[in-house]
Amino acid sequence: MSLLTPNPGLIFWMLVVFLMVVFILAKFAWKPIIKGLKDRENEIQGALDLAERTKAEMIQLKSDNEKLIAEANAVRDKILRDAKEAADKTILESKDKAAVEAQKMIETARESIRNEQQLAVSKIRKEVATLSLEIAEKVLHRELKDKEAQEKLIADLASSAHLN
Amino acid sequence: MYTNLRLIITTALIAATCFFNVPARADQTIQHDSGKVVESINEQEHKIEHNLEESEKKFNIGEMIMHHIADSHEWEFTHGVTIPLPVILYSADRGIEVFSSANFHNEHHEYNGYHLVHGDSEKIVPVDESRVIYDFSITKNVASMLLSAVILILIFTSIGKWYANNKGKAPKGFQSAMEVIILFIRDDVVKPNVGPKYEKYLPYLLTLFFFILVNNILGLLPGSANLTGNIAVTMTLAVLTFIVVHLNANGHYYKHLVKPTGVPIPLLIIMIPVEIVGVFMKPFSLMVRLFANMTAGHIILLSLFGLIFIFQSIVIAPVISLFALFLNFIEIMVAFIQAFIFTLLSSMYIGSAIEEHHHADHGH
Repeated sequence: MSLLTPNPGLIFWMLVVFLMVVFILAKFAWKPIIKGLKDRENEIQGALDLAERTKAEMIQLKSDNEKLIAEANAVRDKILRDAKEAADKTILESKDKAAVEAQKMIETARESIRNEQQLAVSKIRKEVATLSLEIAEKVLHRELKDKEAQEKLIADLASSAHLN
Repeated sequence: MYTNLRLIITTALIAATCFFNVPARADQTIQHDSGKVVESINEQEHKIEHNLEESEKKFNIGEMIMHHIADSHEWEFTHGVTIPLPVILYSADRGIEVFSSANFHNEHHEYNGYHLVHGDSEKIVPVDESRVIYDFSITKNVASMLLSAVILILIFTSIGKWYANNKGKAPKGFQSAMEVIILFIRDDVVKPNVGPKYEKYLPYLLTLFFFILVNNILGLLPGSANLTGNIAVTMTLAVLTFIVVHLNANGHYYKHLVKPTGVPIPLLIIMIPVEIVGVFMKPFSLMVRLFANMTAGHIILLSLFGLIFIFQSIVIAPVISLFALFLNFIEIMVAFIQAFIFTLLSSMYIGSAIEEHHHADHGH
């Protein structure tokens, strides 16, 4: 039965010693140990995070580079295309312009020809009228006695003049 | 060749039967004088009984076991090799008295008006029975406890220093071996059972684990004290856990004692006493579990060794030694398991007392 009766002296020493051990270990052992473990865990976690971040950055950089190259290529292509278009346009425009110019010149030429022609016709008409008057004068002078012959002559003159 | 062998064996057998038959015939002739024989047999029986009684007096296994698992005022490593320990007594009339327990080594076990009683366990009683004394002696258990405290403090302060001095370095050697156990207690015992506020209780629970573990293992050494198999020690540990639990318990824990959720009002008459008994049952079970496991282990081992002294046979000793070796390994395992269980249950009791309830379980 003595096995089951706690001895007060032992309880006293147990309390004193155990509490002392708890306080000493808490202050000088568990505090630095737990802190050390935590610091190390944080360090490892930090290193892992950093590696992960670096990896992500690398991927980002790589994709950025690719994007840059693609953009440069696109710009180059665009410039080339634009230049070609501009050249084509210039050629086309100058062709058009030349055609228009030519047309204009032809028109002007035609106009001047027509003017010249009209001028010539009116001159010829004047000339013909003068000539006919001269002829009439001559005829009047020579064949004024023969009335019938006169009328016939005038009619002939007039019709021939009209044909012109 | 085969026939030769048969011949030899047969001859040997015949010779043997002849040889053994001769004394049998001689016995028959003696039996005529029967009265004399009965007398001699009785005499022999008497002698055997006498011997048995004598040997029982010499070796009482129950006494031996009790002597080994109980506390003592001196540290006896083996018969005759003892270290006397200081006896500290307090009484109202004489104040504090300190003297060596070696002073009791006399015919009547008496010194300075005190008497050392050897019963189930040792006890110091005053010769004058009207006096009341309080015994605060450094007994074998207290000495062993102080030894374990020194071991614990030396080991863990040196490990603590390692952490302070080797920041950011990989764990190494003994420190890394201890780290495994510390991490196991922190991550698999304390953290999941206590909850998010576990760090406040970690120093106490770690000390609890290592104190029990070191004392369990020290107790297995030959000639050492049975500290964790002492009810005063386990009671103190259990009461400390009880105090830690109830100092930190939240309102919900106390409310739950008087009004368990989801219990109909008539049932409260039964439930409230059950809950209150449960509060005291937890530390009681902690106390008994550790005490009983360690004491039982010591009793089994001592019984086995006692068998050697009962049989007093050279044949049985190695067999029992092997068995005791096997049980010693089991006891080492039990030393770890009991330290683990005490810590685990303490964390669970703390965890259940500080647990935050979010009023989620009020539906049922």
